[in-house]
Amino acid sequence: MDSSIPPRSLGPVTPQRAAFAEPLPLRSGRTLAAYELVYETYGTLNAARSNAILVCHALNASHHVAGWYADDPQDVGWWDNIIGPGKPVDTDRFFVIGVNNLGGCFGSTGPMSIDPQTGQPYGSTFPVVTVEDWVAAQARLADHLGIERFAAVMGGSLGGMQALSWTRQFPDRLRHALVIACAPNLSAQNIAFNEVARQAILTDPDFHAGDYLAHGLTPVRGLRVARMVGHITYLSDDAMASKFGRQLRAGRIGYSFDPEFQIESYLGYQGGKFAEYFDANTYLRITKALDYFDPAFDFDGDLSASLANARAGFLVISFTTDWRFAPERSREIVQALLRNQLDVTYGEIDAPHGHDAFLLDDPRYHALVRAYLERVHGALA
Amino acid sequence: MKGPRADFAVIAGRMKPGAKVLDLGCGDGSLLRYLRESLGVRGYGIELDDAKIPTCVKNGINVLQMDLESGLSGFDPESFDYVILSLTLQAMKNSERILAEMLRVGREGIVSFPNFGYWRNRIQLALGRMPVNDDFPHHWYDTPNIHLCTLSDFEAFCAERGIEILERIALHEGREVSMLANLRGSLAVYRFGSDVHRIAQPFAA
Repeated sequence: MDSSIPPRSLGPVTPQRAAFAEPLPLRSGRTLAAYELVYETYGTLNAARSNAILVCHALNASHHVAGWYADDPQDVGWWDNIIGPGKPVDTDRFFVIGVNNLGGCFGSTGPMSIDPQTGQPYGSTFPVVTVEDWVAAQARLADHLGIERFAAVMGGSLGGMQALSWTRQFPDRLRHALVIACAPNLSAQNIAFNEVARQAILTDPDFHAGDYLAHGLTPVRGLRVARMVGHITYLSDDAMASKFGRQLRAGRIGYSFDPEFQIESYLGYQGGKFAEYFDANTYLRITKALDYFDPAFDFDGDLSASLANARAGFLVISFTTDWRFAPERSREIVQALLRNQLDVTYGEIDAPHGHDAFLLDDPRYHALVRAYLERVHGALA
Repeated sequence: MKGPRADFAVIAGRMKPGAKVLDLGCGDGSLLRYLRESLGVRGYGIELDDAKIPTCVKNGINVLQMDLESGLSGFDPESFDYVILSLTLQAMKNSERILAEMLRVGREGIVSFPNFGYWRNRIQLALGRMPVNDDFPHHWYDTPNIHLCTLSDFEAFCAERGIEILERIALHEGREVSMLANLRGSLAVYRFGSDVHRIAQPFAA
């Protein structure tokens, strides 16, 4: 076995595909006539079909949550450090599902897919999808897999919003929700950052109003800047200072506009890498889904009223240096759950890494997820 | 693993079954677990220590990782039947505020603390040394306790602030002490409520 492969990994995994012929009504009023979802599963569904955990992804991730691909062992799942045999999300106990959301760019039906009506990529015509639409599509995947009720639905950031939404949309279809580094809605500052990212894409001359593929182009520059802006918000000021400080690449100032500081070159590298694999139309839609998510909106801003039907047990986790989805926002969720007298455990992890902490291997964070899921497993029928 | 702490049974004995309970500084969650198993209470615990949170989860209780020193602002008024502060008051910076918060959030407060006026402590102090014993296992230089008091101190404090003491239970080695409680009781448990709250009750009913 390759020594670079992380210990206790699931090993090689294979994506699967499910096609849905029943039209999906969307929050926007539009309907998706038919669609496909790409997903991966790890572990074994038990006879009672009660041990399934759905993992929801955030902005730039996919159905490839854990394990690696046989033809590309370097392509390790984005949450491999927490999911696998003997890991906090233990695939020896649970049947874990990762799914690429609708509108994504990793194989599920999205703006890059061919619209059967026209024979062309959807491009600009692909509808704006919401967290609620994703959850509705995920529920159909659960039907497809014969899972009536999840042991848990979990996610970080935007993934946490989906877990939260599950408890409202399908209260009887999950026992627990793990809502990590999340918020009940975006703040004005969050929306502002998203809008800067969108404008970077929308004003790229190669964008062509969203139909860039028809022109044989991609708005690489816009995507790159969008990712750079986003990346700043994922890291804490301290993490950035300790990683880069004011270090200069050449060791001296060059009086030019080339990337001189290490942080500039890091952001450029991250942005460039992202622009190679991510679709601009998907990025636009996912940031909109983030902006629109607000369960309390239809309840005069009363989050607890919006959760009145929820029955799940909750594990809510925040990270102290996360300024994008700060602990106060998670405490709003906790307060709403308390008002509904729901079972909730809340962990506030004192981690230095900012929003990205939910993807990192912090022993306190992982110990809490492990303990919680051991309890979930112990109570399974 | 030791058996349930001496104050557990006393606290449980004063509670209605099925009550809604908030335990401040719940540690590993063993009190809430005890109360759930013996009385079927519905409870939440607050704890700051990272290491204790997973243990609370294993004990099957709802635990919220928060700092009591910042108050209980995330909790609605009178949202609990009982708010418990068990062997934590003496280690808190803002002891005045937390007692007020307990009465805002709960209908009744229950507090337990080691009695600094217990005779052995008095003797150790009279002999010129800070007490070190089962109830005060730390030395002056490593103790987390910063607000130690006696039964008389606590009662005077409550009287000055309109906090009504509903019941006092002085304990030594798990048994109730009735005579010369401030001298013979090494552990104090108080049930308390707000005077204002009690006066307001007939109007609210």
